[in-house]
Amino acid sequence: MTTKTQALLDWIDARFPLTKMWKEHLSEYYAPKNFNFWYFFGSLALLVLVMQIVTGIFLTMHYKPDENLAFASVEYIMRDVPWGWLIRYLHSTGASAFFIVVYLHMYRGLIYGSYKKPRELIWIFGVLIYVALMAEAFMGYLLPWGQMSYWGAQVIVNLFSAVPFVGEDLAIWLRGDYVVSDATLNRFFAFHVIAVPLVLLLLVVAHIIALHEVGSNNPDGIEIKARKDADGKPLDGIPFHPYYTVKDIVGVVVFLIFFAAVVFFAPELGGWFLEHDNFVPADPLKTPEHIKPLWYFTPFYAILRAVPPMFDSQFPGVLAMGLAIVVLFFLPWLDRSPVKSIRYRGPLFKGALAIFIISFVALGWLGTQPATPVLTNLARVFSVLYFAFFIFMPWFTKADKTKPVPERVTFK
Amino acid sequence: MRKPIFVLLLGLLAPAMVSAAGSGVPLDSADVDLGNKRSLRNGARLFVNYCMGCHSLAYQRYNRLGRDLGIPDDLVKENLIFTADFSRKPEGEPVKVGSLMTIAMPKDKAKAWFGTPPPDLSVIARSRGADWLYTYLRSFYVDPKRPFGANNTVFKDVGMPNVLWELEGLKAARYEKVKGHDGKEVEKFAGFDQIQPGKLTPVEFDSAVRDLVAFLVYVGEPAKLERYNVGLWVILFLIILFFPAYALKKEYWKDVH
Repeated sequence: MTTKTQALLDWIDARFPLTKMWKEHLSEYYAPKNFNFWYFFGSLALLVLVMQIVTGIFLTMHYKPDENLAFASVEYIMRDVPWGWLIRYLHSTGASAFFIVVYLHMYRGLIYGSYKKPRELIWIFGVLIYVALMAEAFMGYLLPWGQMSYWGAQVIVNLFSAVPFVGEDLAIWLRGDYVVSDATLNRFFAFHVIAVPLVLLLLVVAHIIALHEVGSNNPDGIEIKARKDADGKPLDGIPFHPYYTVKDIVGVVVFLIFFAAVVFFAPELGGWFLEHDNFVPADPLKTPEHIKPLWYFTPFYAILRAVPPMFDSQFPGVLAMGLAIVVLFFLPWLDRSPVKSIRYRGPLFKGALAIFIISFVALGWLGTQPATPVLTNLARVFSVLYFAFFIFMPWFTKADKTKPVPERVTFK
Repeated sequence: MRKPIFVLLLGLLAPAMVSAAGSGVPLDSADVDLGNKRSLRNGARLFVNYCMGCHSLAYQRYNRLGRDLGIPDDLVKENLIFTADFSRKPEGEPVKVGSLMTIAMPKDKAKAWFGTPPPDLSVIARSRGADWLYTYLRSFYVDPKRPFGANNTVFKDVGMPNVLWELEGLKAARYEKVKGHDGKEVEKFAGFDQIQPGKLTPVEFDSAVRDLVAFLVYVGEPAKLERYNVGLWVILFLIILFFPAYALKKEYWKDVH
């Protein structure tokens, strides 16, 4: 480095811990050297977050949060704004990509026990990010003001009216009206473009600070900090920068190839990423035949519909749907296994996890289908299996036959 | 343990795929070609002549259409703009070539005439799909019970009259009696009979409707004409970028064991 840039750096470092932060979080953050495929999705989630914020800023410049103008302003972006169609498709595809990446990231945590002590708070921040992301996606979906935007919001906000005693007032308070209307659109816009993104960013920072405090887990579930060399560096650790930055660039390029394929060649992805019915402007007087949320909410939507009304109230279903998310927070304390990684766990955990994943995917599919009696019964079975995974986890993780964990990390 | 569940899911998926057709009428493949500018121009011509009396394309501009379809502005003005702009003066002003393709029919009157105001068709191809439109526009038949004397097998009791009858001629729907699952006789649609020829032969008419649907697909998303091209370059760039990125990773990681 030339003396002049060094002098500038010194000047900054005397006033702001720039070099210190660079070292702590990148050049001297030691990550296990055996990260595999599943470890790409954390950095990819960050990439998608940045992309959503940047494209979102440009969309906000042209979008109009007004019940009479919203639908037309989206079409204006698609036609009259230079490259507006690209920005819009990046944002709409980005929303689904965010959930794909986050679901795979969560699955990684699940198979390698990344939520276990001492990483409970990382997991909790992560689940909070997931909840914030769902709020962000739900409110963002109202903005195009299509039929599915409108009726999807109507159905979900109505769920709050099932809460005993205060439900009706709560729903009116959320909508700002007796039905989803201009007032709802405006407040959802405010939440979508500023309130929830701020919360998301703060949570992501907390997630990463907590991670860098305790250090990353790895596919073997071994604490690399337990074995250090004479300089106090973990024997199985390598500096995040440059090793994982160059590796993640490869991951980013591969991800972008798939992402671009959707954006340019199938932005609707057969109705999964952009629903056909959402190209019909919202009409409060015409209920669509079949209201369904976008794919990333359908597992929970299936659980909601699976629970029959009790005492003339839909509340048990709403409660079950809420619990399906809340239960995730308790995962670090439900798992009693002495080992972290699936590599050293026994058949009980592997079997239970397989059933759980099948149930989650099946619920996701059932949530997109009309609720026929057969399908509702199936949704009931899978909902029970979904909860059973958590309820019985303290037992099956404890009773499971584990294999001995090696002392040093392995490459597989 | 996994296998039976997958088989079960597959079994559930099969009926879902069949029902995806919607109204139950099998749809004919529109097979539109957006690369065929002649087809799109013919579709635009048919649209402004037969559809635009009632249906607007309120998000589409005349000159954008001209630019994308290769029609100069003066030809657009001469051949595609039939309406006047009544938004400022009651006697109307000429429509500018950069205007949106709106119509003069008032919504409240349209509702009284047709039962429901004819919808804007800017994004109809995105909500209904090309195949649906192609089948629908070719499925009108004579039905004296309806106010405009026409009905449709794809969209039963639709408020829209058979505006293309002059091109297609008139058809009657033939129904056959077939035995249902429970053994009772039910009426089943068995096809159309031409009862009066139109200006076009059935083959020419299908081709004209295909052009019209291609135009609606284009109007649904004008960016479609360019996004495949841009996408090819973007993906090509990313694939090329992959190699130095991977080589860089290999180089840095060669000492990590």
